[in-house]
Amino acid sequence: MAEWQTSQDPPLEIAGRSFHSRLIVGTGKYRSNPEMVGAIAASGAEMVTVAVRRIDLDRTHEEGILYHLDPGSIFLLPNTAGCYTAEDAVRYARLGRAAGLSDWVKLEVIGDQRTLLPDVFATLEAARTLVAEGFKVLAYTNEDVVTALRLEDAGCSAVMPLASPIGSGLGLVNPYFVREIKTRLQCPVIVDAGVGTASDACVTMEQGVDGILMNTAIAEAGDAVRMATAMRLAVVAGREAYLAGRMPRREVAVPSSPLAGMLA
Amino acid sequence: MIEVTINGDAREVAGDLSVTALLESLGLRPQLVVVEHNREILDRSRYGETPVRAGDNLELVHFVGGG
Repeated sequence: MAEWQTSQDPPLEIAGRSFHSRLIVGTGKYRSNPEMVGAIAASGAEMVTVAVRRIDLDRTHEEGILYHLDPGSIFLLPNTAGCYTAEDAVRYARLGRAAGLSDWVKLEVIGDQRTLLPDVFATLEAARTLVAEGFKVLAYTNEDVVTALRLEDAGCSAVMPLASPIGSGLGLVNPYFVREIKTRLQCPVIVDAGVGTASDACVTMEQGVDGILMNTAIAEAGDAVRMATAMRLAVVAGREAYLAGRMPRREVAVPSSPLAGMLA
Repeated sequence: MIEVTINGDAREVAGDLSVTALLESLGLRPQLVVVEHNREILDRSRYGETPVRAGDNLELVHFVGGG
C-alpha cells in the first residue's frame, strides 16, 4: 500500500475490544439463513446482534442462530429487543449472558409500540442494574443529548442513538443532535436503527460517530448480500470523509480551473 | 410421569430426569440451550445434577436472529 493510501483510522474500541469494521449488523428478518451468512460476510462486520427467544419445541431446532454462525469467528451481541420494562430487559440480558459467550448486551427497552422509541427511564434503570452486575452495556436510545450523557454516567460501554425509528429506513433525521452526542460523550457512539440505504450510512458516518448498527436495511434489500457490500463501502467512505474533513459550504460558485491563461 | 411447564405449555415428562436428560429427550443440545428453572437461571455446569420435579417451570431459550 502506498503511503498516501494508508488510513490513519485506529480500530473501533468498545470495552477493551477492538473492531476493524465500524459496521455492526443484525441477524433478523433474512429470507434464509444462507442469505444471512452471506450478507454478514459481505458486510465485513465483526460483531452481530442476536435475540434471546424461547425454543419452539414443535419445530426444527435449527432455527437457533448457533447452527449457522460460529461464535469463534464473529462476536455475538445478545439484545433485549422486545422488552418493555427494565425488569424484563435485565432478565433477557442475564439469559443472554448465561449462554456463556460474553458479558456484553445490547440494551433496548421499548416505550412505545408504534414508534418503537426507547423508554429512556427504564433503559437508564436497566443500564445501572446491568453495569453493577458486570455487564458491558451498549445502550440503544433516542437522539436526546441528556439521556446519552446519563447513560454514559451509568457506565455504559457505548451509547447508541437512533438515526430514525427501528425498521423505518428513514435515514438520519437529526444529524445535529447525533453530532452533539458524539461531541459530548467520551464513550463510543454507535448509531443504531433507521438507516435505509448506503447514502444514509455514509451521511451518518460523516457526522463523526464511531460506527453504525443496522439490520433491516440489509435484510429487506432486494439483494441483501449486495446491499451488505454497499453498506460496508458506505461506512468506510463516510468515515474517511469525516476524517478528511469536508470543504466549506459556499452559496456561490468558485471555478476549479485557473482564470489566468485564458485566450484573449 | 410428572407434569411440568416448559416454555409456557404443560407437558408430561418422565419422573426421574435431570435437566440434561430432559433436554436430550426433547432433541436439544444442552450446550446450545439456556435454562431458566423456576425463574432462576441454571448454570450449564449444573444441568446434569439438577432434577426436574413435578410442577417445575422451565424456560428453554436460545439465540435467534435479531437486530
